[in-house]
Amino acid sequence: MKCRELADFLMDYVSGELSDDSLAHFELHLQRCRNCHEYLLQYESTIKAGRIACGEASDELPDDIPDDLVKAVMAARKLT
Amino acid sequence: MSSATPVDLDEADLLRRLRAGDESAFEQVVRTYGGRLLAVTRRILGSEEDARDVVQDAFLNAFRSLDRFEGHAKLSTWLHRIAVNAALMKLRTRKRKPEQSIESLLPAFLDDGHHEERFQSWDEPVDKVMERAETRELVRKHIDQLPDGYRTVLVLRDIEGLDTEETATMLGLSVNATKIRLHRARQALRTLLAPHFRSLAS
Ligand SMILES: [Zn+2]
Repeated sequence: MKCRELADFLMDYVSGELSDDSLAHFELHLQRCRNCHEYLLQYESTIKAGRIACGEASDELPDDIPDDLVKAVMAARKLT
Repeated sequence: MSSATPVDLDEADLLRRLRAGDESAFEQVVRTYGGRLLAVTRRILGSEEDARDVVQDAFLNAFRSLDRFEGHAKLSTWLHRIAVNAALMKLRTRKRKPEQSIESLLPAFLDDGHHEERFQSWDEPVDKVMERAETRELVRKHIDQLPDGYRTVLVLRDIEGLDTEETATMLGLSVNATKIRLHRARQALRTLLAPHFRSLAS
């Protein structure tokens, strides 16, 4: 397996969907190629970073909605 | 699906009041679920202004079709779905902003199949880096920068936690196309984050 193919298989590897045969080739390459190993770590970190940045506990999620938007919705409801 | 009710409230009672046309119940729904809907539509659309429009339309739409809401779904889940669909609809109709090509953000390979780039390690663990508010903001900004067709898949799969089939159905894509887009979106986001995550470690 070449680095190029390993990159194609990354997603299936991460989600545990790689066939046994591909998995063996994948892991063998990974043991011998530091660059692909690093790429895999960064790919996984990227998924995690997205989840944390936008997740439930993120500072971005206010429990409430801006007051002017509430008022706009309520006003629009009266018109319909 | 991450559409948990922010506060514990009696949905059955709320629904009764909504159907009876109780004005305060409508406002309560908007205040209770609005923040969450705003967050998900903002993520899908990559725009605060469009998200506000979509959330407003979604609430009006939901209020008009209350009789079609069946009691066995959660109100929060139902609203969430309406808002996500409204956001995807908006995405299809709005004027496209010039998109950065995804190709330039994907890894490049030499003729012999090796990566062109030598990846420098991200020394700090991601949990650690993400403890900083400005890093979380930076990651959200880069997600917003992904081309629409890729950002939506990433948001629905990795952030909203839908499975591939659900995502494919919502976007009108094949399962295979959905998988390819998710993989590319993650790779592109990695490329966008790399310079920041490297420099943070030094
Ligand atoms: Zn390799």
